This record gives sequence, structure tokens and C-alpha cells, in this order.
Amino acid sequence: MCLAVPGKIISIDENNPELIMAKVDFAGVTKDICIQWIDEPKVGEYVLAHVGFALNKIDEEDAEETIKLLKEMGDI
Amino acid sequence: MKYIDEYRDSKIVKNLTNEIGEITTRPWSIMEICGGQTHSIMKYNLEEFLPDKIQLIHGPGCPVCVTPLEKIEKAINIASRSDVIFTTFGDMMRVPGLNDDLLSIKAGGADVRMVYSPLDAVKIAVKNPDKKVVFFAVGFETTAPANAASVVEAERSKVKNYSMLVSHVLVPPAIEVLLSDEASKIEGFLAAGHVCTVMGYSEYEPIVQKFEVPIVVTGFEPVDILQGIYLTVKQLEENRFKLENQYSRVVTKNGNSGAKEVMFNVFEITDMKWRGIGTIPQSGFKIKNKYSKYDAEKVFDINDIKVDEPEECIAGEILQGKKKPFECDAFGKECTPEHPLGAPMVSTEGACAAYFHYK
Repeated sequence: MCLAVPGKIISIDENNPELIMAKVDFAGVTKDICIQWIDEPKVGEYVLAHVGFALNKIDEEDAEETIKLLKEMGDI
Repeated sequence: MKYIDEYRDSKIVKNLTNEIGEITTRPWSIMEICGGQTHSIMKYNLEEFLPDKIQLIHGPGCPVCVTPLEKIEKAINIASRSDVIFTTFGDMMRVPGLNDDLLSIKAGGADVRMVYSPLDAVKIAVKNPDKKVVFFAVGFETTAPANAASVVEAERSKVKNYSMLVSHVLVPPAIEVLLSDEASKIEGFLAAGHVCTVMGYSEYEPIVQKFEVPIVVTGFEPVDILQGIYLTVKQLEENRFKLENQYSRVVTKNGNSGAKEVMFNVFEITDMKWRGIGTIPQSGFKIKNKYSKYDAEKVFDINDIKVDEPEECIAGEILQGKKKPFECDAFGKECTPEHPLGAPMVSTEGACAAYFHYK
């Protein structure tokens, strides 16, 4: 139920300033997602979406660093 | 897919399970609160990779499972009316009421529709001005802002035929109830990453201090869950109790302020009945008076519907982690996902259905 899925913003529609929408690509499936609660959304960025709303941006730097650390875990 | 594939990477899974194996010296019981995490644990068979000393207890974090029977009966009552279009997330369609579920009354002619987003329900209301369109607003803090936003959107676009039947629950009060139970075996918690994406994690700090229990905010992919378990076990082994955030790529301390603002604009905190557990004080949401015209319990005359919980299902003990699904006599016999006796067998996030599908 609390399933939320990462997707990439491919366009932004600000026609309604109280309900800013975006086309978001989820591995080939495009959906209209409300990005009202996202600070400074940009095309190309990844968001985590749930029932038609983006809950947050995904912090790319943080994600890469975690994965790098975890990959090295067994090498130490 | 970026941000999914790398969190299912077999080398990282191996690294983490090796590390967990190395640091574990004593038996530990850890609860994952969220049904989405239970589903991942079963789907990827993660328990098989863990040392025998680590027991995962599957918590009550499945909104479908904890929505009280009384609310399901109210939904069925409203949805059966000829002037209503009843909209819901797909998960709720097959939750058993006393005699029917939403899917069976749809088969009998009721206009029940599945929607992806509550905004879709508002769109249906716009297109059908001669019908009353009701949305079944269930969920935890993850879903509450989106459901609240549909009320704000209905108000903004002057939609008069839209209302919500609300059954919203909150995670921290449930954790407190579980930990306050003297029979509780829970020694550490994986907190629900998407709830915390909205709420942040500062509200868990007092729980960590009061009960001296480690809580690790954790994501949903296999790597996330194993890292969450690793961080929890490490604390337990070192006799520490802290709040940690495994899911830092999306979870911040304060969460999403815009989402919280909409949520607390529309909803206020109230006592809430949880299926199988009972009433937990201050553990749910109701629609504020200023938006009462969007509250289906006020729009429709349904307040005389009172239903006690059924006794044949041990859902309460399952949801509190006191029993495993296998320990129920009806599991896999009278009770299956096709013919569920209780809600944990309905949703794939319910512990019983997850065991049925993957064990």
C-alpha cells in the first residue's frame, strides 16, 4: 500500500500553480504525477512517486555513495 | 531501472548477509513495521540469508489489513446505493465484510471503480455531476497527503459531488502500543521508509529513548532491508539504542513540508480502531470540520452501522507479531487469498498472503 516507485521527470506542466504536474517515466511507462511538493523540480531528475504524487526527489549523490560503500564492504 | 536494480545487486546482498552473520552473537527479534517490507522479505526470501538467531516479526503496517470491519461495512453500504460511484485503490476491493466485499457488489451491479490516484476520483466526480462520487481514503502517513490533496482540489475546482470515507492510521502510536505490551518480544524496529519520506523521523526519537529500542528508518528493496537489519543488529550487539536512517536517499529529518501542510490542513488526529488490535488513542485521521461536506460519514446516513470484529480469525495476534500465519488452523485451508477469512490474507502486503504466496 505504501508502495512508492522511482521515476524520471520528462516534462513539467505549471499551468495550474496550485497543482503542478509532470510527466514521469517509470521504466518505460509514463504517468502524470503531481510534483507540487517538490522543491525546484527539474527535467531529468528522479522522484519517488506514490498514488499520483511525488513524495520527494531522490538524492543522487547519497544513493551513489551508499551503493559504493556497500559494494566495497566485502573487499575490506 | 535506476534506483531499483542496484538495490537488488547480488554482490551487495552477499556482502550484507556475510556482515550480519559475522556480527550476530545472540538471538534478536526485529520487527519490520511496514507490509511493503514484509512483502519484499517474502518475495526475495531474505530470511533464508539471515542467521538463525535473527527472527523477523511482521508488523501491522498494512492499511488494508487494519481497516476495521465496521468501515468496510460502511463502504459496502455507500457503494450499494444507486446514486453513488464508489472509488477505491485496488487493494480494498476484496477485503471481506460481513457478507460481501466491494468486488462482489460490483459484480451485482454497484458502480465500484478502481483508481490509481485520489485525483482520478475527483476527475470522475467532475465527469458525473449527477452522481455522488466517494473515495475510500485508506492508508498511512504516506498516502494521507495525496488523499488530503484531493479534497483541496475538489474545493478549488468547486466540485460538490465528491466526498471521502476516511480510514487513516498513523505509525508511531502503533509502535508505542506494540512496545508497551509486556508480552512483546520486539528488540529493534525497521521504521517504514515511505511514511518517513513524508513525516521525517524526528517523531521516533522519543520512542527510542522511552523504550530504549533501536529504530532504523529503512527502504523497501532487498539491499535496503538487509542494510536496515545490519544497522539494527549492530546496535543491539553493541548495547546501543539510537535512531538511524538507512533510507537517506529520500528520507530527511523533517520530511516533506508541503505534503505535511496539505495533510494537516484537511485532517486532524483522532482515536482510531485498528482491525484485530482495537482502538488506539490518537492513532488516526478524520476530516476537519471546515471540510465536513467532503466527509462521507457526514454526507451519508451510516453512523448507525456498528460491527464487532469477527473472532474466527487470529489477525490481531498476527498483526502484533505474536503468532506466525502457519500457527493459524485456517491458514491455507479455509483461508486462502481467493477466499480470505481475514484481511491479512487479502493484501499481498498482509503477512498471511505473503506467507501463502512465497513460503
